Amino acid sequence: MEMPRSATRTRRLSDKALAFAGLFVLGLALLALAVLLVDVFLDGAGRVSWQFLVGYPSRRAADAGLLPALVGSLYLILLTIAIALPVGVGAAIYLEEYSTQGRVARFIELNISNLAAVPSIIYGLLGLGLFVRALAMGQSLLAGACTLALLLLPIVILSTREALRAVPVSLREGSYALGATRWQTIWNQVLPVAAPGILTGVILAVSRAIGETAPLITIGALTYVPFVPDSIWSPFTVLPIQIFNWVSRPQSAFLVNAAGGILVLLVLLLSLNAAAILLRDRYRSQRM
Amino acid sequence: MTRRFRQRFETVIERALFACAALSVFVTLGIIGVLLFETIGFFREVAVTEFLFGTTWTPLFFNKRFGVLPLVAGTVLVSAIAMAVALPAGLLSAVYLSEYASPGTRRAVKPVLEVLAGVPTVVYGYFALLFVTPLLQSFLPQLAGFNALSPGIVMGIMILPLVSSLSEDALHSVPSGLREASYALGATKAQTSLTVVLPAALSGISAAAILAVSRAVGETMIVAIAAGQQPRLTANPLVPVETMTAFIVQVSLGDTPTGTIEYRTIFAVGMLLFLGTFGLNLFSTWLRGRYREVYR
Repeated sequence: MEMPRSATRTRRLSDKALAFAGLFVLGLALLALAVLLVDVFLDGAGRVSWQFLVGYPSRRAADAGLLPALVGSLYLILLTIAIALPVGVGAAIYLEEYSTQGRVARFIELNISNLAAVPSIIYGLLGLGLFVRALAMGQSLLAGACTLALLLLPIVILSTREALRAVPVSLREGSYALGATRWQTIWNQVLPVAAPGILTGVILAVSRAIGETAPLITIGALTYVPFVPDSIWSPFTVLPIQIFNWVSRPQSAFLVNAAGGILVLLVLLLSLNAAAILLRDRYRSQRM
Repeated sequence: MTRRFRQRFETVIERALFACAALSVFVTLGIIGVLLFETIGFFREVAVTEFLFGTTWTPLFFNKRFGVLPLVAGTVLVSAIAMAVALPAGLLSAVYLSEYASPGTRRAVKPVLEVLAGVPTVVYGYFALLFVTPLLQSFLPQLAGFNALSPGIVMGIMILPLVSSLSEDALHSVPSGLREASYALGATKAQTSLTVVLPAALSGISAAAILAVSRAVGETMIVAIAAGQQPRLTANPLVPVETMTAFIVQVSLGDTPTGTIEYRTIFAVGMLLFLGTFGLNLFSTWLRGRYREVYR
């Protein structure tokens, strides 16, 4: 059937219009990201200095620094990973290597994917009720780390399972053929091969944890901490909470501090993400 | 190692690993347990009907009223604005990435979208309060300094990558036979994308949309910073509002001793938030399972 030429043109036009609309929206999203970064940079770049990094919070904006928040964030993340990594990897190994597709395994899987979508502030309420009050940990680094570890658990489990799934079956079969038990096979063959993939997932989980604010506010992390935490029972603050504290003050000098704090936070995040990407690439090239 | 020792060791390991996996179930039970325990205490002092249907929310005032509807209205309002941004934009970009973009473009754009999703929400809050609100005020002079509109828009930008990437997965899993059949009938790419591929992926896309709603409802820091903390029953996006999550933050920042009614209030609000998002998540999982089955 012949089609009139004008109709063909309209059809082509509608085709181009949809492609253009998609591209336009993507461009807008990327523009928003660029504007955000430039805006924060212009606001805060002048504030970031050595004194800002190693200073303590102060009621005078110009003197305030974020050392306790920086150190608090680092301690909290290390502690969180020390809790979440073994449990998360263990759960992933069970689900991927041991469980048969029974009812229990399917229920656990459904549960994990649901937990991944529970709002983070609900984890804060869990931490407040369970760790801070019931287990009497108080508003300590340990209570914060336990709360964040539970929050990260679904992410660690899901990414570890991906990494385990990528290990070829032939490797396992070769190990079994030589008489190794299941755990020997996993420990000596599967885990070393999956390690870079697991590590990538952990770094992504960490970068999520570094930005988390709400659950830590809920468990009662302090907003004004003029000291560096010295044990897991210390009260603490973290970068996002320090930023939130500065944003919520009416004096505009503190807003500049907030922008400076955001810059430090973003640099930390971007270097972590870069590390994850580098690892992933090295891992890929090694396996080729 | 003797064989018996080896076998016993294997059993111990397997049990330990199972315990790790089962922990996730205990986390869920822990959440429900903690919320339920404090919520029951809350409802000993406040009638369920007052909580669910009351229209005044002043639990921190001397004259306490516990009608949660203003918080629900604030949450719904901000989430609706976020979805009005994230849904069309996310879908359009998903259609573009899945049906039009070259593999090179896709590889270049996806990591940038991931960065957009990885920006901490406290940063988005700063952006909403100090960039987007002043920008909007330049052509909406009646917009208050704290409002529902600008955190809603910024939240939409934050959720966009989620909608886009999940919808793209759904579009991608539509078998190419459907597209080819459509082309064979003389349809253009736009017609194929919009009238064949999109409807075929609808349950997957709905699952993405519902998950996005759940994310918007649970988002905390953007609204805690930029929406103001004034619970009011309104659909006007230009005035300050308070969401359920922002209220929990507000109380947590104060010094509320255990066992007081203020302390229990955040658990009651948290319970409502948990039930709402939990229902949405389950619905979303169910929908996603459905579209997987159709094309297996």
